[in-house]
Amino acid sequence: MSPSTAEAESGAAEAIHIEQLHKKFGDLHVLKGVSLSARDGDVVAIIGGSGSGKSTLLRCINCLENPTSGVIRVNGEEIKLKADSHGHTVPADRRQIERIRSKLGMVFQNFNLWSHMTLIENVIEVPVHVLGVKRDKAIATAEALLDRVGLADKRDVYPAFMSGGQQQRGAIARALAIQPRVMLFDEPTSALDPELVGEVLKVIADLAEEGRTMILVTHEMKFAREVATHVVYLYNGLIEEEGPPEQIFGAPKSERLKQFISNIH
Amino acid sequence: MLRGLFNSVQIAVGAFGIGLLIGTGGAYGKLYGGPVMRDLLEVYTTIVRAVPELVLILLLYFAGTDLINRVLEAMGYARIDVNGLVAGIWVLAFVQGAYATEVIRGAILSVPQGQIEAARAYGMSPGMMLRRITLPAMLPFAIPGLANLWLIATKDTALLAIVGFNELTQETRTAAGQTKAYFTFFMAAGALYLALTLVSNVIIARIERWSRRGTPSVAGGGR
Ligand SMILES: Nc1ncnc2c1ncn2[C@@H]1O[C@H](COP(=O)(O)OP(=O)(O)OP(=O)(O)O)[C@@H](O)[C@H]1O
Ligand SMILES: [Mg+2]
Repeated sequence: MSPSTAEAESGAAEAIHIEQLHKKFGDLHVLKGVSLSARDGDVVAIIGGSGSGKSTLLRCINCLENPTSGVIRVNGEEIKLKADSHGHTVPADRRQIERIRSKLGMVFQNFNLWSHMTLIENVIEVPVHVLGVKRDKAIATAEALLDRVGLADKRDVYPAFMSGGQQQRGAIARALAIQPRVMLFDEPTSALDPELVGEVLKVIADLAEEGRTMILVTHEMKFAREVATHVVYLYNGLIEEEGPPEQIFGAPKSERLKQFISNIH
Repeated sequence: MLRGLFNSVQIAVGAFGIGLLIGTGGAYGKLYGGPVMRDLLEVYTTIVRAVPELVLILLLYFAGTDLINRVLEAMGYARIDVNGLVAGIWVLAFVQGAYATEVIRGAILSVPQGQIEAARAYGMSPGMMLRRITLPAMLPFAIPGLANLWLIATKDTALLAIVGFNELTQETRTAAGQTKAYFTFFMAAGALYLALTLVSNVIIARIERWSRRGTPSVAGGGR
């Protein structure tokens, strides 16, 4: 499957390129040949039912899961894979994976802030210790980011003392602090109380607005429709339908997608 | 007797410290090592924890020093007198390491998996992940167990008396034997052990509070 023509014509560089990705957990074939690409500035929303493989697809991009087969390119660099002694596919070059990961800002469903660090320590951790940024410079950047997500006053607070929505905004600041080429979101609002969802979505929408490249797994259809430039509907490990949001939500072709959308609403 | 106390503390600190290192390595090996490594560590922790410490100390002390000397002789060197302090530290460290392995392994398993995953997702190398994330994050779960180990370490030094080492209990026995004031001296020794424990408790409580700085208190009411 090729990226939509409108995106291809924009001429922006390809940030993520996935080709014929397969993932098996033992006998369970979760991804059955998925191809996907995101150019700079794209906001790709991945939607689909529970268990369709959305998280697995996202996690393969930074090798949190090792793909069984297929090609993944990040920033034009292909992730090198090899078979280990058990016949599993594993990264061939740990340093390459670490380098690629440090350019991808991942935001998790459960925030996953480091509990033994204050918010600001969380945000400067990767810049200082992985990327080698000077500490005072990292702190200045982090303070600006916390200000941006509305958490300037939580600077020295530990994650356990913040609400879910605050933690998730903090996690977004942590991701932004590495100046990621691409942001990866895995259902960033589904662990939140309904009244906290809005504040997090607003931060993400702002990022989309300023042209950040993002891949977003979400159950928030209305939100996906507003911010995405491209929507991918995953069904049972395969892309059932993809296209611009107006098409996917306005004029879906596949029966399954029609059903899926009407069930959500 | 004070010299004995000093020796005891020295052994306990050394044994506990080395035990911690063994325990950290052991826990990592057990969790992430290959099958052979895991089996070896399983044998180590099982045997050491199953056999009474007194037996282990006799075994390791006498067999250990004998083994070293045999190796030295075989290599054409002269026999050496193994320093009692050093031997005591290593023997107890070997025992402590087995318990610490289990305590730390359990604590690492208690760290929310997501935090370790986040470290991976941001490109931390395994070594950095251990230093920056896993160890500090598991600390609140490990402190109670490790605190127990420390107190056991201070008392286990008494067992070294049987191999003739001049730690607190041995010094007490000598002093008591000479003066025949057994009751007084052993009461005093008991008081010294108690004092050691009380001081330890104060320090442990501080460390525990620090390690739990990111955890809301169970009782509620903030920090
Ligand atoms: N580590 C794993 N080991 C074994 N099976 C797994 C693992 N991770 C995911 N799976 C399985 O793979 C399938 C796809 O899971 P995935 O988490 O990608 O679904 P999802 O689309 O993100 O669903 P949800 O909307 O519920 O998050 C599921 O059947 C799941 O049980
Ligand atoms: Mg999921």
